[in-house]
Amino acid sequence: MTLAVRVIPCLDVDGGRVVKGVNFRNLRDAGDPVEMAKVYDAEGADELTFLDITASSGDRETTYEMVRRTAEQVFIPLTVGGGVRTVADVDRLLRAGADKVGVNTAAIARPELIREIAERFGRQVLVLSVDARRCGDGATTPSGFEVTTHGGRRGTGTDAVEWARQAAELGAGEILLNSMDADGTKDGYDTEMIAAVRKHVTVPVVASGGAGRLDHFPPAIDAGADAVLAASVFHFGDLRIGEVKETLRTAGCAVRGTPAPG
Amino acid sequence: MSDRAASTASAGPGAAAAPAAVPAARRGEGQGGRKSVVVFDYGFGNVRSAERAVARAGAEVEITGDYERAMAADGLLVPGVGAFAACMGGLKEARGDWVVERRLAGGRPVLGICVGMQILFEQGVEHGVRTDGMGEWPGTVEALEADVVPHMGWNTVEAAAGSRMFAGIDAAERFYFVHSYAARRWELEVHNPRITAPAVTWSTHGEPFVAAVENGPLWAAQFHPEKSGDAGALLLKNWIETL
Repeated sequence: MTLAVRVIPCLDVDGGRVVKGVNFRNLRDAGDPVEMAKVYDAEGADELTFLDITASSGDRETTYEMVRRTAEQVFIPLTVGGGVRTVADVDRLLRAGADKVGVNTAAIARPELIREIAERFGRQVLVLSVDARRCGDGATTPSGFEVTTHGGRRGTGTDAVEWARQAAELGAGEILLNSMDADGTKDGYDTEMIAAVRKHVTVPVVASGGAGRLDHFPPAIDAGADAVLAASVFHFGDLRIGEVKETLRTAGCAVRGTPAPG
Repeated sequence: MSDRAASTASAGPGAAAAPAAVPAARRGEGQGGRKSVVVFDYGFGNVRSAERAVARAGAEVEITGDYERAMAADGLLVPGVGAFAACMGGLKEARGDWVVERRLAGGRPVLGICVGMQILFEQGVEHGVRTDGMGEWPGTVEALEADVVPHMGWNTVEAAAGSRMFAGIDAAERFYFVHSYAARRWELEVHNPRITAPAVTWSTHGEPFVAAVENGPLWAAQFHPEKSGDAGALLLKNWIETL
């Protein structure tokens, strides 16, 4: 009995519609999130992640409605992140049907938020999303990786590995590690970053950013990731979830069986 | 411990004071002969997912914390997420412990999920704090020892011999787990040949732990059938068939 490596498609949503951008900037619209979620579920996705990039908090109601509709039709775990700032936000998303909630910027501003969420709902609901990049432009950190904000445009000077470690200690149940250098490039995951974080945390690590080809996935697992997340390659049909799983299986990873074709 | 397997008829003499006394009209029986299930809402658990999954598996479902409704339903599902102490406290506040006890005394089915399973054991230990559970089974729920915790994701199980819960489910199927604590030992020994020993299903993450229990009308799963895709739906269907 071995825990399976998880393959997680991510859907970026804005006002209840799916979008996905290259480096978070040049956004392309591609559909209804609930329909997409059903397709991914049928293809064997192990979880689904919604990243809500809705700018106006007034439009958040569409997000809750989308989560509600998805949870009614899809019977695999659902993570929702983006714009989560308070314990009350987490509560609303969980009530709408999310199983896990991703927290990013608000936790950087106020790390205590992590402890508050974990104490109220348990650490298993809390995914700390870390947008990290290799240090440049004069910034240096002990690990060589720094935390960014604003979709990777702004460096914080905070050590990404240390931040992940601290967050796990405060109560994060999982680290979603997104390489802002690799994001949108399709050149592969930043395996050095994954390995650096893996070395310092004992909670699950989800690799994100850079997946472009089938042979990009096994190295992320070898580097220590427990799950691999990708968005555009699945979204635009470049790769299918079944193919990724088969590639991982061939590489010796335990994967959850995919449904029979057809 | 009483022989629950032998007392599943809710109208049995021993159950006279319990839910069998509820008038049929109030028993929440589902439409068109479907079984009724209450997902017990005491503030701890993804009740919505459980509701949808049980409905998909073919039962009439209601989410409520009302004890009369919970007593009257054909099946009671007790979800649970978060800390053992918080869940147990919440359950007691909602009189859920009493509902579960009364139902079991009458041989009426109860299904505990995740922390809803953990609190059925005698005790839970989290962060050094020991909390009394319902004590349906001896044993302690404690931190799982593994390289990566929480145990989060899809794992296989070693189903108990003759399990009804896993009937018709391929041994290679995986179920969705998300937990940091578990019953690492099963301590109930049954020596009386007239009593059916509980069927215990195991899984492994770092070490073996109890993944599911079938004990007469009391079933429990450490994983989330409501989040385990088609395999989970089949398991819930198996449960609904016992109602």
